[in-house]
Amino acid sequence: MTRNGYSRRQFLTRAGVIGCSIAASPLFTPMSFAQAPWDKRLVVIILRGGMDGLDVVRPVGDPAYAALRPGIATAGAQDLDGYYALHPALSGLLPLWQRGELGFVHAVSTPYRDKRSHFDGQDLLEAGTADLGQGVRDGWLNRLLQEIPGVERDTAYAIGTTPLPVLDGPAPVANWAPEADLQISPQAMRLAEMVMEEDPALHAALAEAQLLAENGRDGKGGRAHRQIAHYAAGRLKADARIAAFSLGGWDTHRAQHRVLPRSLATLQESILALRDGLGADIWGKTTVLAMTEFGRTARENGAGGTDHGTGGLAILAGGAIRGGQVSGRWPGLEEGDLYQRRDLMPTGDVRAVAAWLIRGMTGVDRATLENRVFPGLEMGNDPKLLA
Amino acid sequence: MGFSPHLAERRFGYGRSPVIPAPESTAAMLDTLRGPDLMAERFPVPGFRPIQDAHIVKSRFDSFAKKPTTPADQAEDARRKSDAIVHDFLRQRFDTFGQLELRRIHGRDSFRERLIAFWADHFTAQGKAGLFKLAIPAYVEEAVRPHVNGHFSDLLAACIMHPVMLEYLDQSTSIGPNSKRGQRKGNRRGLNENLARELLELHTLGVGAAYSQADVREMAELLTGLSRTRDYSFAFRKGWAEPGSETILGKSYDGRPGLAPIRDALRDLALHPDTAAHLARKLAVHFISDNPPERTIARLTQAYLDSEGDLMALYEALLTDPASWDAPFTNIRPPQEYMSTALRALAVQADRFATLEPKETRRWFLRPLKIMGQDWDRVSGPDGWPEADSAWVTPQGVAARLDWAVNVPARLLPELPDPQTLLEDVIGPDVTEPLEFAATAAETRAVGVGLILASPALQRR
Repeated sequence: MTRNGYSRRQFLTRAGVIGCSIAASPLFTPMSFAQAPWDKRLVVIILRGGMDGLDVVRPVGDPAYAALRPGIATAGAQDLDGYYALHPALSGLLPLWQRGELGFVHAVSTPYRDKRSHFDGQDLLEAGTADLGQGVRDGWLNRLLQEIPGVERDTAYAIGTTPLPVLDGPAPVANWAPEADLQISPQAMRLAEMVMEEDPALHAALAEAQLLAENGRDGKGGRAHRQIAHYAAGRLKADARIAAFSLGGWDTHRAQHRVLPRSLATLQESILALRDGLGADIWGKTTVLAMTEFGRTARENGAGGTDHGTGGLAILAGGAIRGGQVSGRWPGLEEGDLYQRRDLMPTGDVRAVAAWLIRGMTGVDRATLENRVFPGLEMGNDPKLLA
Repeated sequence: MGFSPHLAERRFGYGRSPVIPAPESTAAMLDTLRGPDLMAERFPVPGFRPIQDAHIVKSRFDSFAKKPTTPADQAEDARRKSDAIVHDFLRQRFDTFGQLELRRIHGRDSFRERLIAFWADHFTAQGKAGLFKLAIPAYVEEAVRPHVNGHFSDLLAACIMHPVMLEYLDQSTSIGPNSKRGQRKGNRRGLNENLARELLELHTLGVGAAYSQADVREMAELLTGLSRTRDYSFAFRKGWAEPGSETILGKSYDGRPGLAPIRDALRDLALHPDTAAHLARKLAVHFISDNPPERTIARLTQAYLDSEGDLMALYEALLTDPASWDAPFTNIRPPQEYMSTALRALAVQADRFATLEPKETRRWFLRPLKIMGQDWDRVSGPDGWPEADSAWVTPQGVAARLDWAVNVPARLLPELPDPQTLLEDVIGPDVTEPLEFAATAAETRAVGVGLILASPALQRR
């Protein structure tokens, strides 16, 4: 083939040159490995839709609990500590609880109150600020990265196709969705590289995409959340220190006993896939923090579901945490103890949970966390969530 | 370089079409834009009212289903009917997607469609709950589209006072502390500064302009009363409006609660020199390059001020600026624009969109857009999508574009164009040796076409 002055041999030579440039990609430099700013791993999972913490970690020891939820409180909950019981759909995580690798913080929330919009609630959760409308456009994980020298693009990963404002901001962050895997033949890819060669930025991005896709291709398919967890584990085993992704499906206005187990199964599989993918050594250095924009009403509604509420639950997992405990100050479920007589009263700020975890994992000082990462936050006393 | 029809389509439109003639001159581009909105007539999309109506009916079914006195079977029936409304609405939404694409594919006034996308992004808004989350096309159709060739102050007022915007930036619940409602015992809500801040920072003066927190606060007080009814119709609530006059940027506005002082303030903001400079820079960044020449921005600013905010004068200054025709093609098309450009190059016919299954629309367009980084119905934030090319030239974004270009057109079209013909028709003078080689060396027509669609010549403008 000599069309337009290109011979097959020239084409192959060019393809070879492109192959070299892949190895020179900024994501592939061995330098960044040595420069990782800390050793612990943090996985943040945003549970979108307002998870019902009262159903996930059930305060069966509270005398008011059973009457509030006659239809939702299905049988089979697993006792945790004599007061709280775990939703049966999470029973696959009990071995983690027994090993101190699973913990909870109850009755926590963001400062978001009363308007009960997922949209605003999630924006506030991910902005990490005290209220919206302050003109803050970056997320708290990105602001954390802005405070740490030596952060590179592959220090933190936003994974999946759902936007993750928690990692948005000026600090460099890698984004990848395992679904973005390239479904094209090797020959087509070589031609694509050639077409992009005249455009260095596009060319470099394509080269990195091949690497990222290659790294994610470990033969483990399955649903998106499993692919995401495997991909996160793969990156955290290498240079990444932070990974964030989100899981949807927590809005349970009706038939909660049918809907919630599906979402919990997704969460459980994600956590277990992370653990399997990371291996014992890295899992031992890992903290998984799953958080949601708000809790739900204490009383079940007429459709066997719950509506948007306030106080919620943070879920912790990983070998780095001090698990086997339900932390947080329990406010009680008597009507007078409820927020606006309808929701679990928030007694803690979920941002403080994140802040104390970061404090223990990265050594970032308290003033930075309270003023820059979570502006206006008062972290309070150390809840000692890490092992 | 200077003007050429090809360049006009590449830089100011959705790229060359194999079947639609490109504009002959900048004057022709402006004339077309001044003329009737032919594409909106040919490919109509619903406005906001149908969404409001669906919302009302759905809420009735929902509250009936929730009532403790409703018998279980009737409640279940009501829930089913409520779900059916949502289902219909979602189906309608896919039709709307097709109509909007067809306007970009088949229009001679690509420049108009690009400007509408630009201003829709400038005035980013989204409903927050239920069906209203998907009201962006309706909002753009009503608030942005009619004013795109008019005066900026009219565009500004239409967007700021639209219920979707009032809801998005929390204006609809903002209450003046000294208003009748604000003084009522047990009132727990108060002033919300969100819209006021973004109005000054994003929509008019620009971040870093000479306004203070006090101006934001006064603006927020002035805006109190702008709200909505339960069915999301616009409403001015006198009893929520802060009494007394407000002073913004040194100018005092009438103390009587009402729309007149708000309109006055919006007009003054629209004509402010900082607003002129902000809009001029933004337009130049969008159409020319992330770093446009300062003298271009100065020319655009002056044209805007001289014409007292006439957008046509601003566009004329843009199209007659040498940088518009001489600057290299460094800007990357954002995903939505990129996809439209590729579909225009393929000249996809209206009946093809009409026969798409919802599943296909999702799989072939909406989902790929999401992977490319620009969800069709989820805005990124009040500051709109990023303009910086680095935000889009990411491994995931570039891979998703290539993947889409190679795989989707073959499923969408009964017959793909011959790569050589496509090169001549749409890439034209921009064809490079490697592109021509690759497009014709590909093993299949789908790959050949995909490589052309993924080429820098189509991705950049």
